[in-house]
Amino acid sequence: MSTITDQRSLATKTGRLTAQPGTAGSSVRPGTTPAAGSVLTAKRWLSVMLGLSAAALMLLLACLQFGTQWIGAGQLIELLARLVRAGGTDAEAIGTTGVILFQVRLPRVLLSFLVGGSLASVGVVLQALLRNPLADPYVLGVSSGAALGVSLAILLGVGTTVLALSALPLCGFAGGLLSLVVVYRMAASYGRLPVHSLLLAGVILNAIFSAVIMFVTSIMDPNRSAGMMTWLMGNLSAPSYSALAIMTAYLMVGVFILFKQARVLNLLTLGEESARSLGVETERVKRLLYVVSALITGAVVSVSGMIGFVGMVIPHAVRLVLGVDHRILLPASALVGGMFLLVADTTARTLLSPAEIPVGIVTALAGGPFFIYLLVWRKDRFS
Amino acid sequence: MAGTVGTVSCDVACPAYRVQDLHFRYRTAANRTDWVLDGPTFEVKRGEMLGIVGPNGSGKSSLLKLLSKVLEPQQGSIDLFGRNLRRLSQNQAARTVALVPQESQQIFPFTVAETVLMGRYPHHREARWVAGFGWETDEDLAVAEQAMESADVAHLANRSATDLSGGERQRCVIARALAQEPQVLLLDEPTAFLDLQHQIEICAIVRRLNEERGLTVVLVSHDLNLAGQHCDRIVMLKEGRLFRLGTPDEVMRADILRAVYGCEVLVDRHPESGLPRITLPGRMGQKERMGHKEHKTDG
Repeated sequence: MSTITDQRSLATKTGRLTAQPGTAGSSVRPGTTPAAGSVLTAKRWLSVMLGLSAAALMLLLACLQFGTQWIGAGQLIELLARLVRAGGTDAEAIGTTGVILFQVRLPRVLLSFLVGGSLASVGVVLQALLRNPLADPYVLGVSSGAALGVSLAILLGVGTTVLALSALPLCGFAGGLLSLVVVYRMAASYGRLPVHSLLLAGVILNAIFSAVIMFVTSIMDPNRSAGMMTWLMGNLSAPSYSALAIMTAYLMVGVFILFKQARVLNLLTLGEESARSLGVETERVKRLLYVVSALITGAVVSVSGMIGFVGMVIPHAVRLVLGVDHRILLPASALVGGMFLLVADTTARTLLSPAEIPVGIVTALAGGPFFIYLLVWRKDRFS
Repeated sequence: MAGTVGTVSCDVACPAYRVQDLHFRYRTAANRTDWVLDGPTFEVKRGEMLGIVGPNGSGKSSLLKLLSKVLEPQQGSIDLFGRNLRRLSQNQAARTVALVPQESQQIFPFTVAETVLMGRYPHHREARWVAGFGWETDEDLAVAEQAMESADVAHLANRSATDLSGGERQRCVIARALAQEPQVLLLDEPTAFLDLQHQIEICAIVRRLNEERGLTVVLVSHDLNLAGQHCDRIVMLKEGRLFRLGTPDEVMRADILRAVYGCEVLVDRHPESGLPRITLPGRMGQKERMGHKEHKTDG
């Protein structure tokens, strides 16, 4: 490296470079280069991730207690021990409470965590890709595109076949991708979409897709259309373990692909030309990220319907606390998003127990006002 | 950093850039027959400071983006240190050439240090299990630190890049470019929208980099005086074609400027450097010329 002879004292600079509160990395070790004060280190990353994972685990156990029937912590441990001894969710060995816990509540709790984490991850990615902090799969019409794909599949009977496991997410993917292509085309022709144009595009896409979904629902037989409506409002129901396993594998792979692009996402927020000049193959990366985002959204919608605002609210909150570096923002948002939906779904199934509120209503009631707050009071930050 | 694995390097003889018969147009352009760049051919010598000037729409910025591989030409070739730019990966190009774009608006509040470290991206090695996360190495931090010192933004390291002044933001982007450890620095209108003090500051930084590090600099500017005072040679573009290439003395002449810009300007000497200086016609001069014109048409 060709060094320049800049003789200004490094030591005096170091004094001014101690991390300020709120900025990344508030632990400047003496002896490290001053720049280290404000950048993400592997150590800090690990501690944040471990902390969040522990919190998620605690929350998961706490939420298992809630439901129509209260299952206390002691009972929880006892049932777990019985489960291990029996070596399976055999109804005789674990009793009725055990069945409720392990065959109904646990898979649902796991699914809500998975869905919340995936939605938050997609939200982070879309916000970086579109350089717009209000982007979210729900707001942009990606979710409703996916919902249209899934409902068409159900109408045509694809969903009732054995292929249901793989066919519904794929139909959701096709619908979601359609929305993303429209949004991407608009973004590309403007360079960067102004906030309000982007929202407008989402509103219009949502209106169109909703109209078609309504039509599809109206020509279904009434029994099935009632189920459709519940699903559309955002509803989590206990999946079988095999379905849960497939969904977990599918979503984990997708989210991991997104994680791997974290550093590139940082560069993409600078704008496409800057990213290219810094060595990013932007076309390839963007295509990959859009397709994977649509795949994840399609799968999520096929199991949980339209759950809004998780993808927008969570990244915002995490950014405020942990900073904007996607290497920490993305996995942290996934964990926090999972926890958020876990709590929202527990609320949804407990509040009016034994009746259930669709979880989409809970997230909309929590996230909608936050969205308006951002749009009206914080507009200076992204207009 | 010549000799590093993956950095573009070749024997000493070849120039920084060899641009041959370059043709480029935007795909979305309504009129597809109009080339934005219509065959300029020139060389950029190693270690020189080259200015690209010309009227609006003459293709200056497009040329700079082609040189940095942000855009690809439809015809013609660009050789970077003897290697065809088209065959280099985006990453390889970014290890040799750094671009300071005209406006770099950040949406998310990355700190200055984080922004500068983004310049280290082309040097990252794919680690195995944490592949994409790509933690910065100690070398990355040291280089970024040096870059911030050189561009005089070290004291801003922890400030958010979204709330910097125009001059600070420009220096921050220059620091990011330096973190790429480039051999060529491309600047697009480096002093646009800056007040006098910041203009002088940026010019001083760029000159220092050019003189002390031997960095090849190509800058695009509207400001003919800036180009005239600081550049070794000047490329004058007109409608996508190379109109004239030479030293400021050879290019900044009243007759050439009249032919390119279609207007009269005054050319005299800079009192300090003795290089050509361009002044727009004053009130008197304008009146005189208008009178002259009327007289002509009358006759």
